[in-house]
Amino acid sequence: MIEERIIPTLPSIAAVSREEGQRLYEDMNLGRIFEDKCAEMYYRGKMFGFVHLYNGQEAVSTGVIQAMRPGEDYVCSTYRDHVHALSAGVPAREVMAELFGKATGCSKGRGGSMHLFSSEHRLLGGYAFIGEGIPVALGAAFQSKYRRESMGDASADQVTAAFFGDGTSNNGQFFECLNMAALWKLPILFVVENNKWAIGMSHERATSQPEIYKKASVFGMPGVEVDGMDVLAVRTVAQEAVARARAGEGPTLIECLTYRFRGHSLADPDELRSKTEKEFWLARDPIKRLKTHLIEQQLFEEEELKAIERRIQAEVEDAVKFAQDSPEPDPSELYRFVFAEDE
Amino acid sequence: MAETLLFNALREAIDEEMARDSTVLVLGEDVGHYGGSYKVTKDLCKKYGDWRVLDTPIAENSFTGMAVGAAMTGLRPIIEGMNMGFLLLAFNQIANNAGMLRYTSGGNYKIPMVIRGPGGVGRQLGAEHSQRLEAYFQGVPGLKLVACSTPYNAKGLLKSAIRDNNPVLFFEHVLLYNLKEDLPEEEYTLPLDKAEVVRQGKDVTILTYSRMRHHCTTALKTLEKQGYDPEIIDLISLKPLDFETIGASIRKTHRVIIVEECMRTGGIGAELTASINDRLFDELDAPVLRLASQDIPTPYNGALENLTIVQPQQIVEAVQKMVALRV
Repeated sequence: MIEERIIPTLPSIAAVSREEGQRLYEDMNLGRIFEDKCAEMYYRGKMFGFVHLYNGQEAVSTGVIQAMRPGEDYVCSTYRDHVHALSAGVPAREVMAELFGKATGCSKGRGGSMHLFSSEHRLLGGYAFIGEGIPVALGAAFQSKYRRESMGDASADQVTAAFFGDGTSNNGQFFECLNMAALWKLPILFVVENNKWAIGMSHERATSQPEIYKKASVFGMPGVEVDGMDVLAVRTVAQEAVARARAGEGPTLIECLTYRFRGHSLADPDELRSKTEKEFWLARDPIKRLKTHLIEQQLFEEEELKAIERRIQAEVEDAVKFAQDSPEPDPSELYRFVFAEDE
Repeated sequence: MAETLLFNALREAIDEEMARDSTVLVLGEDVGHYGGSYKVTKDLCKKYGDWRVLDTPIAENSFTGMAVGAAMTGLRPIIEGMNMGFLLLAFNQIANNAGMLRYTSGGNYKIPMVIRGPGGVGRQLGAEHSQRLEAYFQGVPGLKLVACSTPYNAKGLLKSAIRDNNPVLFFEHVLLYNLKEDLPEEEYTLPLDKAEVVRQGKDVTILTYSRMRHHCTTALKTLEKQGYDPEIIDLISLKPLDFETIGASIRKTHRVIIVEECMRTGGIGAELTASINDRLFDELDAPVLRLASQDIPTPYNGALENLTIVQPQQIVEAVQKMVALRV
C-alpha cells in the first residue's frame, strides 16, 4: 500500500444547524441505503448491466449538491451516478425504476444505471465514458454565462458542478475544459472524487503528479483539496466555490479525497486493494462521522437519527415496489426519442 | 436577385438566423477575429460580439461537447469544423452525446446544434484534409446528415439546419465555396429531408451529392450530345435518405448509377445500394452501379489524386454501359 496522503482538515469545523444537519444526514443515508438495495437487487437478478455503486463517497455528492440551488443549478455525473441523481432531487422511485429498465424510469428505461437524466432536476446526465461529461457540463456553464453576457439576462447566475474521478484527471477533456473554463471565467465546479483507484489502476501508478488539485494553478484557477469523508468540510469548500462562480469569478477545481467501499462495479472481484487500505478508509465512514458530530453537538438524539434511517429505508423499499410494479417500455415505442419531434 | 458566392450564401444564412434568434451562436477554431478559414463567418463577430462568434482553443472534442451541453440547456450552437476531418477528434462527442443522448435520456433533452464545415477531396491537400466523414457518421443514430452543393441550396438548407431541433451534420465541399449563383432577395428555407431533382430524364437515375453533382452535370453535356437522357438527383439528405424522390425516379428509369466521393467500402453508396435492393429490387432492370472513390488514403500527387476520385468521363461510360444493357 502506498502511504496515505495527509488528509487536510479545515481550521474549524463548519457550523451546521439542525435543519441543515437533517438534510445532509437524510441525503447521505438515502445514497447509502439506495446503493445497498441496488446490490441486493442486482444479485437477485432484478437489474442488469454494469452497476457502479457509490458507497463511501456520499459526503462528496451531498456536500457539493446541497451547497447548490436544487432545480436551478446543473449537475453532471459519470457512470457512478445514482447518488448524484438522488442528491439533485430525482425521486428514488424514478432512479430505481430506471435501473429496472421500466417506462417510469427517469430515462424511460432507455438509459440504465450509467445514463440517468432529468431535465426537470437539471441533472445533465450520467456519462459512461471517461471525461465526456466534463465538456457537456462546461456547455451548461457556458450557457449561463452566454445568457448573462450576450442576452442581458441578469438572472442567469446558475452554477454547474461536474463530478468525475481520479482516473479522468489524466484525460485530455479534463485539461481542455479547465483551460476553457478559466479562460472564459465560466461558473463551474470541477469536482474530482479521488477514490484512489481507476478500476484496478491505482492513482499513483497512473499519474505523474497525484495531487490533482495542484493542476488548477497552471490554469490560474483556485484548486482546493478537501477531506472527502467529511461532508461539512466538502460543503464549506463547495459553498465558497459556488459563491465565486455565481459572482462571475470563474471556476474552481475541488479534489475530494475519498474511497469507494465496494469494488469498481458489482462485476469487479476487487482483488487489488489491500485489507489495510480498506480498513483505513472504512474507519472514516462519512455517514458515521456526521452522525457522531450531530449527536456530539447535541443537535440530535441518536434515536431521532435512527428514525430518519428507518424512514429512508422505507422510502427505498417503496422505490423498489414502484419499480417492480411499473410497466415495461412499450415495444411499439422502440424508435421513440431518437429525434426531437418525439415528445 | 444578387449573384452570391457559396461561402457568402452560408454566411448570409448564419447572419440571418443569428439576427432572428439570440440563442444562435457560432463556435470553432478561428471563426471570430480571423473570419473562418474559408471566410464563412467573416465579420460576424463585429456584428454579434465575441460570445456569439466564439473563437475556441484547438480542442475539438471538448468544444463539441461544450456545444452539446449548451444545446441541452437551450442555446442553438453552430460548430464550424475548420476542416471536417478535424472532427474525427470529436467523434466521441458527436456520436455518444450529440447523436445518442436524446434517446438514451428518454427524451429528457433536445440537442439543436449544427456541425458544419469543409470536407471532401480538394486539390492536393493530402489524406488527412481530404476526408469524407459522412461515411463514418452515417451509422450514428440521431444525427441528420445534409450535404449542400450550390449557393442556393447551401443557404436554404443551412437556415433549416439551424432551426432544426436535432443535431445536423452539414457537409460543405472545399472546392465548391466559390460557386456563384443568383439568390432570391427574399428569405427562403429548404427542407432538410428532400432530394433535389437536378435534371429530369428517363434512361437512368443518377444518384449523387456534394461536388459529384457537378461532375454529373459536366458528364451530362457529353451525354446529351450523344442522345442520352439521364435523370440526375442530388440526394441532399444523406440520412435519412429521401426514398420518396429516389423511388419515384427508379420506378420510371429502372436503372441506377450512384456517383459519390466517399470511399467505396461502407460509403453512402453502399448503404444506398443496399436500401434500393431492399425496397425496389423488383423495379430494377440491372444491378445498381456504384462509382465511388478508391479505398485508399487520398494521395498527394495530383495525378494519383485524380485516379482516386470519380471523373466525369467515368460517369459518361457508366451511363453508356447501363443503357446498353437495356432489355
